[in-house]
Amino acid sequence: MAYLDIAHLEKSFGANRVVKDFSLPIDKGEFVSLLGPSGCGKTTVLRMVAGFETPSAGAIRIEGKDIVPLRPNQRNIGMVFQAYALFPNLTVAQNVGFGLRIAGVAGKEAQTRVGEMLDIIGLPLAEYGARYPFQLSGGQQQRVALARALAPRPRVLLLDEPLSALDAKVRVRLRGEIRDIQRRLGITTIFVTHDQEEALSISDRVVVMNAGIADQVGSPFEIYNRPATPFVASFVGTLTPFEATVIDPRVGTVMSGGLTMNLGRPLSAETGTAVPIALRPEAVQLGRASGREIILPATAREVEFMGSVIRIRAEAAGQSFLLDTFNRPDAPPPQPGEAVEISFSGRDVIVIGV
Amino acid sequence: MTRILAWVALILGMLYFILPLVGMTEFSLSMRRGVYSLDAYTTILGDPRFRQTFGYSVLMAVATIIFGVLLVVPTAYWVRLRLPWIRPYIEFITLLPLVIPAIVIVFGYIRLYNTSSWLPLTGSSMGTNLLLVFGYATLALPYMYRAVDTGLRTLDVGTLTEAAQSLGAGWGTILFRVILPNVLVAVLSGAFLTFAIVIGEFTMAALLDRPAFGPFMQILGANRAYEPAALAVIAFAITWACMGLIQLVTRLQKHTRAGA
Amino acid sequence: MVGRPRSPHVTDTSLPPSPRRNVLAPILRMVGVVPFLVFALLFLIGPTLYIVLGAFQRTGGGWTLENIVALNTPSVRNAYWVSIKISFISALLGCLIGFAMSAGAVLGGLPKWVRSPLLTFSGVASNFAGVPLAFAFLATIGPAGLITMWLRQDLGINLRAYGFNLLSTPGLIITYLFFQIPLMILIITPALDGLRREWREAAMVLGATGWQYWRMVALPILFPSLLGCLALLFANAFGAVATAIALTGSSLNIAPILLYAQIRGDVLGNPHLGYALATGMIAITAVANTVYIVLRARSERWLR
Repeated sequence: MAYLDIAHLEKSFGANRVVKDFSLPIDKGEFVSLLGPSGCGKTTVLRMVAGFETPSAGAIRIEGKDIVPLRPNQRNIGMVFQAYALFPNLTVAQNVGFGLRIAGVAGKEAQTRVGEMLDIIGLPLAEYGARYPFQLSGGQQQRVALARALAPRPRVLLLDEPLSALDAKVRVRLRGEIRDIQRRLGITTIFVTHDQEEALSISDRVVVMNAGIADQVGSPFEIYNRPATPFVASFVGTLTPFEATVIDPRVGTVMSGGLTMNLGRPLSAETGTAVPIALRPEAVQLGRASGREIILPATAREVEFMGSVIRIRAEAAGQSFLLDTFNRPDAPPPQPGEAVEISFSGRDVIVIGV
Repeated sequence: MTRILAWVALILGMLYFILPLVGMTEFSLSMRRGVYSLDAYTTILGDPRFRQTFGYSVLMAVATIIFGVLLVVPTAYWVRLRLPWIRPYIEFITLLPLVIPAIVIVFGYIRLYNTSSWLPLTGSSMGTNLLLVFGYATLALPYMYRAVDTGLRTLDVGTLTEAAQSLGAGWGTILFRVILPNVLVAVLSGAFLTFAIVIGEFTMAALLDRPAFGPFMQILGANRAYEPAALAVIAFAITWACMGLIQLVTRLQKHTRAGA
Repeated sequence: MVGRPRSPHVTDTSLPPSPRRNVLAPILRMVGVVPFLVFALLFLIGPTLYIVLGAFQRTGGGWTLENIVALNTPSVRNAYWVSIKISFISALLGCLIGFAMSAGAVLGGLPKWVRSPLLTFSGVASNFAGVPLAFAFLATIGPAGLITMWLRQDLGINLRAYGFNLLSTPGLIITYLFFQIPLMILIITPALDGLRREWREAAMVLGATGWQYWRMVALPILFPSLLGCLALLFANAFGAVATAIALTGSSLNIAPILLYAQIRGDVLGNPHLGYALATGMIAITAVANTVYIVLRARSERWLR
């Protein structure tokens, strides 16, 4: 049975249904992200788990016991907020020790625990313990907030957009650290974010939410490569969408524009029906390559130099294709208007909803 | 529980604030025995001293506002633009009137600017009027400076000035056609507050022996029963009007900003 | 993205081109604040200094502490003591009641629509001081006031028999509260707004009760503001002359009324004693305000 079980959760504010029949079983030690645009209900789900919002219906169980009737201070849950929310009047050590003080853990034991936590987040007690939050950088403050949340050994860790307020570089480094600490402590974690790269890079599982509904639940690999709905496909990553008609569902042949593609796998749709398909930019190759059986003459239209990758929009067979190619110093990218060849494989075509 | 406590606190508080207002209103209407009447008000409004002192105080308030704006706006602007390091010191000076009681300041005036001093301002009635305006300007300084400085903070004074200069504007044009209109709401807020403070001010006017509204009210209060209550109602109405005008201009600004 | 280039003839005027102007520029720049400084010197700092220095001078000239020492008479001591008492009690009550009302409006408990009228009314009431305020209270709980008469005629309660007199220390305190409480509401509301919701929530998930949150987080954060407000309210009441005079005439012996009488008619018989009296008042309000400024700076540092 799942360690943390969210079952048929509903939340309405007046006539506005913010969360609709949301179910999510989470295993012990699992790192799950709730990903979606603002207003999709992900934060509301998190706040219901924390106890700040009362569900209109449904249950939240930890080890089989419903925690919905419990107040936030009875749930033994750790939470990290977007804007750090460190207590400004307390030092780093006092902030981290706050939960222990409340729980009645005192003296040497508390001191040791605070020291441990500060070591884990890389801000040693001796140097940082006596500082106040305003003397720390944003990244350091958020680490202290993490230590504060973890110090009382909570059953579940909730992270509410903890990286959004930080600079890009700190954000990437800290998310790695968070994942590392989470693995080491084996703590069950829910991470809320609107940043798909963040969600995909650190999660065991990702829940993509849209308008209060969990559109898709799956590993980052599944979410990225097999988006279940047009929303997931468009929200996660970049892609070129096409309309296609099923020619032969048994072998997986479809036709888009004048182009026939073999997807190399059977389709559940009937012959003659329209299916939305799409290609990731990295699935399309500039020039020919082995294993990419569809080769098209094309014209480069836009060339965007992004550093390690160059993104090109090319037109071929009356369609617009986005393609990514690695930067190679010895081979400058094509100019807009230049004639090129592009290639891809039918096996890399994503059929949305299948 | 907390909610009930909060309501109790609010209601008791409101009772405390409303009762004196009801009391003074009721009292001001009770001049004629047995029935409510506006007699107290007619007596007051008919009193030539009321008209004189009130007119005098309005004049003083207007003079204070004009002088205060001319003093504060260019200073606050220049400090923001060119002398940011001096700002804490200027701000400290503007807060001094909150520390030094008005009675002490006016005491200093009387001694420093008496008829036998180097600048005998109290020697003539015009000079004393001027001194009173300066005194009122110090009283209003904390509020005026704060209001204007806050208004300037929301502007990018440096860029605005450079833009105006690049279009060929001189300092006068920049101050009066660019900066002032942009902090107009702040200036108006400060002005109405100044008006509310000055109109019924007692200590300075009384000690400088000026025929102002505040001392008139005090004298009347010592000799009459019902008229003072009517004066209190009038004074309260003026204060309320000033605060209402502040809210009004602030709200108007929000609307124009939102529409822009 | 390409940064928008500045228009070429907009040069930074704070960097003059020639070294000669470079020397003069800082001085020229100061010219902009000269009118203000002259005004402050002549009509704010100068007069105050004149009084303060006068307090340490003999009538014929020469420095002395005589005047300060001479203040130590029962009458003057009593005037200061009553003033401090009235100011402190009205400040303390103003702080407590104002805080309770503001907290009720800001931190829930009361519906949202209460807030805006409360603040507007506070703006009006905090400026409704001086002579008219005294009249309002005289008309209400003065000897022939509305409530006094109502209690006596309809309920048979004679306030005077219970020892209540508006023209006394408690009466003055009750009257002062009319501007003290609104002032407190006006200055503490932003501080209460500064209490972030996340702090409460963070304390909650860490197991704290509402009371523990207040004791360990909210009150310590507000403490400098609260103490600062107390100091400001104290100074505010201490310098109030008009309300006291209009209410009590000169029957109440408090420091500002004594000084008022001294300025009008040299009741102490020595002008330098008047300077000393005024200097004592400045000293007391200055201490109170220093406390306010220091504490406010401290709380602002935390909340940066």
